[in-house]
Amino acid sequence: MEKRTWYALALAAIAGYGLPSCQSVKEYQKSRLNDSEMTLGNRKIEKEELNFQGYREGSSGANGGKTGGGCGCN
Amino acid sequence: MRRVCLTITAMVIGILAAFSQNTPADTSGFKSRALKIDEVNILSSYYSQTADKSAVSGGDPGPRGIGNVTDLSNGLEIKLVGWDPKGRKNILTGGIGMDNHTAASQGYVDSSGHGKRTGTRIYPTLDWTIENEKKGTSFGLGAYYSAEHNYYHSIGLNTSISAKTRHNGEFSAKLTGYFDRIVMITPSELIPVDTANVTTAPTTDSVVYITTASGRTEALNYNTGQVLSKGSRVHIPSSSRDSYSASFSFTQVINQRMQGAILVDFTYQTGYLGLPFHRVYFADSSKAVVEKLPSQRVKLPVGLRLNYFLGDNVILRAYYRFYIDNWGVRSHTASLEVPIKVTPFFSISPFYRYYIQSASNYFAPFKVHTPADEYYTSNYALSAFSGQYFGTGIRLAPPGGIGSKHLNAIEIRYGHYIETTNLVSNLIALNLTFK
Repeated sequence: MEKRTWYALALAAIAGYGLPSCQSVKEYQKSRLNDSEMTLGNRKIEKEELNFQGYREGSSGANGGKTGGGCGCN
Repeated sequence: MRRVCLTITAMVIGILAAFSQNTPADTSGFKSRALKIDEVNILSSYYSQTADKSAVSGGDPGPRGIGNVTDLSNGLEIKLVGWDPKGRKNILTGGIGMDNHTAASQGYVDSSGHGKRTGTRIYPTLDWTIENEKKGTSFGLGAYYSAEHNYYHSIGLNTSISAKTRHNGEFSAKLTGYFDRIVMITPSELIPVDTANVTTAPTTDSVVYITTASGRTEALNYNTGQVLSKGSRVHIPSSSRDSYSASFSFTQVINQRMQGAILVDFTYQTGYLGLPFHRVYFADSSKAVVEKLPSQRVKLPVGLRLNYFLGDNVILRAYYRFYIDNWGVRSHTASLEVPIKVTPFFSISPFYRYYIQSASNYFAPFKVHTPADEYYTSNYALSAFSGQYFGTGIRLAPPGGIGSKHLNAIEIRYGHYIETTNLVSNLIALNLTFK
């Protein structure tokens, strides 16, 4: 089987396993989830890391940063 | 450097003064319609890199290929929040950043190595978001501009929507366009003859006016290259580079301690996708040519994030990305950050990131390409390599503020980056948050 097919199956397996097992969480139960370091996006202090990685590496995107253009990078 | 530090100090004092007005606590539940400052962030970072085989020198492994870089970046972001008559939350975020860099390789845009080695980039941004907290939806618009002296300028526009699901999930979509103009500054020995104004037929004493890498005109003796006089700046042609992205993300709370996200971007780029001052040396020639890359590129990165609150004091932040494009680049990125809460208001966050990529179909090292190649580059950012980035950060955010009640948090982050291409770099960043 091609590598691309394996990757797609792995992704589907993670989503298929993770999503049905989600619990119902009330707002008052979200104290840990609302911690500032539990945020799912990049924090502002990581912005410069995304910049230099965009210049030095051949890939970009899927991390909240630029996916191409807007700079003299790839 | 001193001027930059004084500027940052003045900004901090100014921000503290802006928050200095004491207003009585509002217990009526009334939400102000007027936009008011909600948060201010000051970001500052210093990046230092040593490398060789720079693309400006065609991947030359010798002394001409030194790719040392320093970059001092400063940014200010102000977030304003207000409510409109329909009870929707309006968020207006304005920011401006300025980068000052030095690059050893930039000097070799001029073949003598004496070209300008410094540069400044300025980039303002503006974002407006409307949130309907009752419906759990939001809509946003954003604009971005970036200008770098004698290099390029870019205009970016984006629009986004998001919607929350009944089961603690959220779906987001964002469309972004960047419209860049690349100023066609070629290596000095490759400036097209067509751009020269030949005043007389070529003889020993004929004069040729050319545009140098920095944009000035110079009058040269046509045969000897001797500089006769230097004139004023002239217009250098530019080429366009357009980038269009559709970004999708889905976040989901899994349980009281875990939440995750899937991020997918589709990116299409068209136009001049190389850089005009990147050289390539063919195998059988000592003369360089400008790198040549396809005028279209399609990218597909897919990312996964998973955050887990372990025990009472430790958080695990995991990230994985798979990337593929039609230039032949495939990459995997994996990172793990572990914030450790020493106290509820002080945390230490060690992190590690591993990156590996395959080479683009169009890459070859110094003096490997041949004229038969349709496309060619010796930019090692498109080569096969792996990289590791590791370091630690600290965050201090006591409820009563730090020094002043408005200085809400201080975050410092240091990272060390090494690549198998011999690139080594260090980055230290500082973030001050005012509320």
